[in-house]
Amino acid sequence: MIVFQKPHALTDAPMHYCPGCTHGIVHRLVAEAIDALGIEGKTVGIAPVGCSVMAYNYFACDMIEAAHGRAPAVATGVKRSDPDGLVVFTYQGDGDLASIGMAETVHAAARNENITVIFINNAIYGMTGGQMAPTSLPGQVTQTSPYGRDVKACGYPVRVCEMLATLDGPEYLERVAVNNIKNIKAAGKAIRKAFQNQIDGKGFSLIEVISSCPTNWGMTPQKALEWIDEKMIPYYPLGVYKDRSAAKEENA
Amino acid sequence: MAKLTFKTEICKGCGLCINVCPKNVLELSKDKLNSKGHHPIEAARPDDCIGCAFCATMCPDCVITVER
Repeated sequence: MIVFQKPHALTDAPMHYCPGCTHGIVHRLVAEAIDALGIEGKTVGIAPVGCSVMAYNYFACDMIEAAHGRAPAVATGVKRSDPDGLVVFTYQGDGDLASIGMAETVHAAARNENITVIFINNAIYGMTGGQMAPTSLPGQVTQTSPYGRDVKACGYPVRVCEMLATLDGPEYLERVAVNNIKNIKAAGKAIRKAFQNQIDGKGFSLIEVISSCPTNWGMTPQKALEWIDEKMIPYYPLGVYKDRSAAKEENA
Repeated sequence: MAKLTFKTEICKGCGLCINVCPKNVLELSKDKLNSKGHHPIEAARPDDCIGCAFCATMCPDCVITVER
């Protein structure tokens, strides 16, 4: 009996990510959710700009490449063209979603667009070589902050889930991590729920995945996973930040 | 009896699977290289495998298939 194999919704193309990059894990979790819900034939994914720019090579469903940061806007258009027939998700990094695409993200959430957003937060710009991102931690050393992020000059990191939770729009916001088995299982569950919400017509779901970047953090893959526990999770606490349906049930 | 199969050609040798294995089954190959130049993963102690699939859950590249 096969206990574990590559999900059907991933292609056979070898991924271009660096050794130990957790993008591959999140790709697989998304594919497993697509498989579990049996929606591969009607799913459209929107690839971002960033390390996961070539995500369209790896997902077996239909994929569209969006301009930098504009994935939620493209997803809005696709979803509105066939609201009942299509399942639309975007897969975006922090440089894409929290920097250049912040406006698109906030407004898609405020409109409660019925889409699923997978947001990879690794606190750095990976593809361009490790520059400081909006989500880089205070004091974090990057290519453009060699003495550590100075919050007086560069401001503070953006906590996307907390910020979006202040809006009335979004249906579901959760932050998960993929640095150990327990967190990966929880992340898979959250991603599946985000897709289920869309199928049920509930609205905007965003799953923020705390991810690692061993290459640009300058660590071994193992050390990078420990760094998530030590530094990232204390600043970006895991958990559900908004679940409107659950809140409604409680009030009922 | 659990059985592991590896797509060694796409393994990047990151070793994330080694650390999560509760039975210390896996090791990076010392004498093999794949075409990308990585030392791929292999089951050094296959008889100890309990088929928990932690390694496959952790692997970013879907290298490992687990049968039980």
